[in-house]
Amino acid sequence: MSSTATPVAQSAPEPASAGIESAPETPEVRAAGPVPAGETAPAGTVGSGSVGRKAATDYADYRLVPARHPWRWVGTAVVAVGVAGIAWSLATNPRWEWGVVAQWFTAQSIVNGLMETLKLTAISGALGFILGFILALMRLSASPLLVSVSWTFSWIFRSTPLLVQMLLWYNLGYLYEKISLGLPFTDVRFFEAQTTTLIGQFAAAVLGLTLNQAAYSAEIIRGGILSVDQGQLEAATALGIPAWRRSTRIVLPQAMRAILPTAFNEVIGLVKGTSIVYVLAYSELFYTVQVIYNRTQQVLPLLLVATLWYVVITSVLSVFQYYIERHYSKGAVRTLPLTPLQKARKFLAIHTPAARESKQERGTR
Amino acid sequence: MSTALRTTTQTPSAAAATDAVTTRGLVEITKVRKSFGAAEVLKGITLTVEPGGVAVIVGPSGSGKSTLLRTINHLEKVDAGFIAIDGTLVGYAVRGRRLHELREKEILKQRTEIGMVFQNFNLFPHLTALENVTEAPIVAPRAGKPRLSKAEARDRGLELLDRVGLKDRAGAYPRQLSGGQQQRVAIARALALDPKILLFDEPTSALDPELVNEVLDVIRGLAKSGTTLIIVTHEMGFARDVADTVVFMDQGQIVEQGTPQEIFTNPREVRTRSFFSKVIEPAFNI
Ligand SMILES: Nc1ncnc2c1ncn2[C@@H]1O[C@H](COP(=O)(O)OP(=O)(O)OP(=O)(O)O)[C@@H](O)[C@H]1O
Ligand SMILES: [Mg+2]
Repeated sequence: MSSTATPVAQSAPEPASAGIESAPETPEVRAAGPVPAGETAPAGTVGSGSVGRKAATDYADYRLVPARHPWRWVGTAVVAVGVAGIAWSLATNPRWEWGVVAQWFTAQSIVNGLMETLKLTAISGALGFILGFILALMRLSASPLLVSVSWTFSWIFRSTPLLVQMLLWYNLGYLYEKISLGLPFTDVRFFEAQTTTLIGQFAAAVLGLTLNQAAYSAEIIRGGILSVDQGQLEAATALGIPAWRRSTRIVLPQAMRAILPTAFNEVIGLVKGTSIVYVLAYSELFYTVQVIYNRTQQVLPLLLVATLWYVVITSVLSVFQYYIERHYSKGAVRTLPLTPLQKARKFLAIHTPAARESKQERGTR
Repeated sequence: MSTALRTTTQTPSAAAATDAVTTRGLVEITKVRKSFGAAEVLKGITLTVEPGGVAVIVGPSGSGKSTLLRTINHLEKVDAGFIAIDGTLVGYAVRGRRLHELREKEILKQRTEIGMVFQNFNLFPHLTALENVTEAPIVAPRAGKPRLSKAEARDRGLELLDRVGLKDRAGAYPRQLSGGQQQRVAIARALALDPKILLFDEPTSALDPELVNEVLDVIRGLAKSGTTLIIVTHEMGFARDVADTVVFMDQGQIVEQGTPQEIFTNPREVRTRSFFSKVIEPAFNI
């Protein structure tokens, strides 16, 4: 087999490189495939049972023709027509009022609102996941008290509507006039303040979003930790690796693979979820947009402005997600998948006319 | 019942090294009992492995071999009896007439003197072969020895990978290695802490027959190095070759122990005889 097949595989011009990785096991098929019928191919020997015995032909001079996928092209064309149609209607229907959208898209008030949205997302996302991590560890600990506290936390915050939580925090002053920090069951107070001054719109918004987020992320992180094989912990223990290091160096990096997709789902949900703080009249992106369209009556274009910004944020996050996930897949997959950039480069290298020319030259030598 | 004899295959230099540190790696297991729920898995095991000795534990599935190994490095707590390494109890400190359970940190220190190699390797998949080997020496608290710096650990790691014939694969992730290579990395990892004792739990049973020998060869090398080895295996040819004590376990008890000669060719107990005749007859034709 090696005498005839390998030279072909080696001399195959890169255009078919996508196929090359999977092909080497069946070199005869590949050798037989690309050779156009009627050319000088010794059709009797290639592909018949006696492959590699008689045929000493060196296929180095043959040009390799990649397999064609006509239906893939049909599908691509159909979808392209659909996409073009949608784009056309978006562009030409005057009711979308793109002029208004453009005018407001980078307006100062909108940008301010956007910043507030990002701030809320970042703070409550970060705090939420940190608290969630602690809750997850509590839930996995051996202490029944810690387990039940963690469980109860998740139970309460997952069963209360976020809207209610938000309003509850904002109106905490109604329930408890003062907030103080001191030794329980004594009169010692280190700190005391009016609830209403302490919990304004921002604090209520962050509190509500954080606690809610923590309840959900606790479960996500716990799930990730549980997905790591018990043998990993055992091996680390047997090696005398300290407990904290076991969690951070051995378990968490592996848990991240399971945690990340869902965690990013949550963060993206949170970006839009922050719009719920409109009930506190907090001027983040969505509230700002509402205020504006109530004034100008340009409802749809302004909603479009908000939507476009959400799309932008989500897209940026998705890129982050891709690269972070790729980082944590180290060692979990045999070969790392190409990044979109690398893929694009590879595609261009194959499909640009210039590349094709040079490849052909090399192929035919 | 003879206790373990020092192996006769030792090279003179290795034997001398063992003599120099006479208490290095003496394992004494005394009347150890262990139950999981109602089932008693270890029913009073007593076994001594001399420093530098090679004990091979054989026996039917479920007889408690793995459990016994895991009690030696305190991955599993014993219910009764005790285990001592060079005269020091594993997992407990003696104060007056009381046994105090050691804190995690102390136990970790003891564990660094006992390497363990698992049936399914348990390599850390997100770390390279070299990182797998260097992780513990950098972070594990060791009795009487300083932690290694990263550079030192790296040198030592490469040296160990070289010893198991994998120096050129140092940068590979476990999933990029064959089963036999993975197990050899796992052995290098266990050796990185310079343990007195190495425990092997069926180190070759997850491997293709062709890969078994590359791992067994590494273990054979270790057997000559003066480290105490306790090996659970179903490779009878290997056991006969490498062991100086063979221990036959059944239903949580040691039925019989002795030299490979005694156990394999001339077992006294009926149970031993029937186990060998039924299960692994062909393995005797080495
Ligand atoms: N954590 C556990 N909980 C309950 N039962 C257990 C546990 N670990 C082991 N056992 C039981 O203890 C007995 C001995 O198990 P062990 O793994 O020591 O057997 P073994 O001799 O190593 O068998 P094998 O050759 O199949 O590996 C088995 O019956 C097993 O089911
Ligand atoms: Mg076992």
